[in-house]
Amino acid sequence: MQIHLNGTPKTITTESMTVARLLQELGIPAASVVVELNKTIIQPDCYAASSLQNNDQVELIRFVGGG
Amino acid sequence: MLTDMLTIGGHTFNSRLFLGTGKFSSSAVMKEAIAASGTEMVTVALRRVDLNNPEDDIMIALDRKKCVFLPNTSGARNAEEAIRLAHLARAASGSSWLKLEVTPDPRTLLPDPVETLKATAELVRAGFIVLPYMNADPILALRLQDVGAAAVMPLGSPIGTNQGILTAFQIEIIIDQARVPVVVDAGIGAPSHAALAMEMGADAVLVNTAISVAGDPVAMARAFAQAVEAGRTAFVAGMGSRGKQAQASSPLTGTLATDLGFLA
Repeated sequence: MQIHLNGTPKTITTESMTVARLLQELGIPAASVVVELNKTIIQPDCYAASSLQNNDQVELIRFVGGG
Repeated sequence: MLTDMLTIGGHTFNSRLFLGTGKFSSSAVMKEAIAASGTEMVTVALRRVDLNNPEDDIMIALDRKKCVFLPNTSGARNAEEAIRLAHLARAASGSSWLKLEVTPDPRTLLPDPVETLKATAELVRAGFIVLPYMNADPILALRLQDVGAAAVMPLGSPIGTNQGILTAFQIEIIIDQARVPVVVDAGIGAPSHAALAMEMGADAVLVNTAISVAGDPVAMARAFAQAVEAGRTAFVAGMGSRGKQAQASSPLTGTLATDLGFLA
């Protein structure tokens, strides 16, 4: 299946991909980001239960320096 | 002056210098500049994670016990985008502080007054502590405080220009009318600009570029802290009024000319 990760298409070969697993595979500490799935914010305690579907839009957002 | 504290959104601040965290050369320099500035409020932005640097996290360098985090909605071009970013910011920070920025034109980065007012009203209803970045428009400042803004943040000049307080006349009116704190934001390029804003009666200033891109950001942070303190102290002390005609500082009686007459 294919998802849109931070605006870029990404092919997922793993079956039953979840938000938690995606973060783990990308090497992103879960506590350092906020996750939006199809424009809905996913609470951290739901990462493991949030399965990704074909064409899902996933945004991984974090704080950066800014004024 | 321990009694001269600033309160915004129920939080009390000793320092009236707020610091932006953009454009520092490294996290280490930023951290040191924050310490040197004495600030108790720092702004941060939200962006997509750089998937090539998955562990690059600014929060590691910031001490949330010492500073209030003020996430901004930079990048938002309208109220809808700003509100989406606000909710992401609240989820990421666990707090409701928000610097609302709606800047549709990347060339000027001037704030959209209509969308800013709309987003402020909605975010206040959603429980956010909203500090809207705004043009120095006294009427808009009143409208924003009427819908519940915790403070207003009029610009001195466009973001990152270091042009100083080009909007002094309007900011004076805003300060005169405001029932909420006035934080002069954007364009402050030198400690003297910050001092001027504080002498005018601004409650605080927000500085980023002038410190982060300085030759020595840590020393510049210290200079801004001194300027803000000096300007505030001068405002509280009460400044003398301006005049057009000379007013002698020395007594005009008892001079040699009067008493002896030989020079008259």
